[in-house]
Amino acid sequence: MSALRMALSLLAGDVQADRSVPPTGFTARLTLFTATAMALLAVFALALSLAAGRLATRWSDELSQSATLRISAPAEQMDAQVAAALELLRTTPGVASARALDSEEEQALLTPWFGPELPLDALAIPRLIEVVEEGRGFDATGLRARLQAEVPGAVLDDHTRWRAPLVAAAGRLRGMGALALLLIGAATATMITLAAHSALSANAQVIRVLRLVGARDAYIARAFVRRFTLRALAGAGLGTVLGGLLVALLPGGGDDSGSVLTGIRFAGAQWLWLLTIPPLAAVVAFGATRLAARRMLERQS
Amino acid sequence: MAVIELRDVAYSYGGGELFSGLSLSLAPGSFHFLTGPSGAGKTTLLKLCYGDLVPTSGEVAFWGEATTGMARDALALNRRRIGVVHQDCQFLDHLPLAENVALPLTVAGRHHEAAAYLPDLLGWVGLTRHAERRPPELSGGERQRAALARAVIMSPEVIIADEPTGNIDWEMSQRLLSLLVELNRMGKAVLIATHDLNLIRAAKAQVSVRTLRLKDRQLIAAGADL
Repeated sequence: MSALRMALSLLAGDVQADRSVPPTGFTARLTLFTATAMALLAVFALALSLAAGRLATRWSDELSQSATLRISAPAEQMDAQVAAALELLRTTPGVASARALDSEEEQALLTPWFGPELPLDALAIPRLIEVVEEGRGFDATGLRARLQAEVPGAVLDDHTRWRAPLVAAAGRLRGMGALALLLIGAATATMITLAAHSALSANAQVIRVLRLVGARDAYIARAFVRRFTLRALAGAGLGTVLGGLLVALLPGGGDDSGSVLTGIRFAGAQWLWLLTIPPLAAVVAFGATRLAARRMLERQS
Repeated sequence: MAVIELRDVAYSYGGGELFSGLSLSLAPGSFHFLTGPSGAGKTTLLKLCYGDLVPTSGEVAFWGEATTGMARDALALNRRRIGVVHQDCQFLDHLPLAENVALPLTVAGRHHEAAAYLPDLLGWVGLTRHAERRPPELSGGERQRAALARAVIMSPEVIIADEPTGNIDWEMSQRLLSLLVELNRMGKAVLIATHDLNLIRAAKAQVSVRTLRLKDRQLIAAGADL
């Protein structure tokens, strides 16, 4: 409660209490620079973390809702096997739709690897059937058993072996982003604590005079805490704006289907997350300075 | 009940004992002078009286409450009832004189009352035209007078002054004494450490004064010639 009261009185401000402590150039610049730099890094970490989360979700959703059936068979049996597979899929629970890719689509898939001049007709290319799932999906084991019996040339790929490591990697990337944010918060707190210690030490004589005229610890601490909190708020505000601008200017920012690198950006309402950085920096500065002031004043009493 | 009481107090400094077994009681409305050779511990004794130092042994009590184990906030509140004129006149050098004099009101959250007291107070100590100057720009005597103004602005119950006339001329010291006598007649306790025997004699002519002498680690009543 006392912290809450102090936070409220901090917002209200006390010009006279603020004036009691002389301006300290070095610690002011240090706090401002630290808050700006850390907020900038926090924006990047947040962008990375959110992008990783977004990609993990997309990969997971997209790949988990589809499967591919690859049919390899002699040319004269190919159409029959494809038709049998489509019929089997039509009656399989959990399958929303199944569609055989036409030659143009297969050509498009192979073009990045073999170029546009590939003579598909002259090659024994397997036919692909795209399967879209519904609900909780189909029973892959049961489907494989039925395919083996009815369409011996079919191989079912439900994307599990692709999806799992991708989702795991994206999840780890997101975790690393969160860890980076925590470390940034801790580093900010440490730097501001050091700056507050420095300011308190440099003002030992001021503190002594204030005490002799009857100032309570809370009054003395408030002057320092308010100063550092407002500096951190201003610095973090500046760093957040700079970071936001840099993220917005990242190349590929508009590519929604891009990779991790081109996906490092904020999408829609995610920009609102940036609004939390300056107040959080202020809260960190408030806590760090208050703790430092309490310890110093206790030591100096 | 004594406003400030020292009970069997000892104080050691740098490995040596400055004094021991020292007792002192300041009753409301009393007027004490503290004399003694340089280095006897007068300033230390005063610091013990306003809670700036903690005794090595014994006990200091403010208004009957021992300061041992007293919370720092409670100590701060007690200090507001004690006006102190320090020997070295400590100020906040970045603030103008007027704000320094009003500092006790400011830290007590009563800064709005400063306007009512400051003009008269600065006028009385002859510093009206210096109100906006910074303490480092003032002479020793001006700083001493400013310290006195700051000590009394809260209308404290006790005034403790350490060599208050050390840097001021005779006329100003008489004006200062007049103020202290006036405050004493209003019921405030006054304790002054000084080498100035003329000041003591002048005070004795106006009020009932008790003079104490700190010598050989003991506090004794001074002779009748004082």
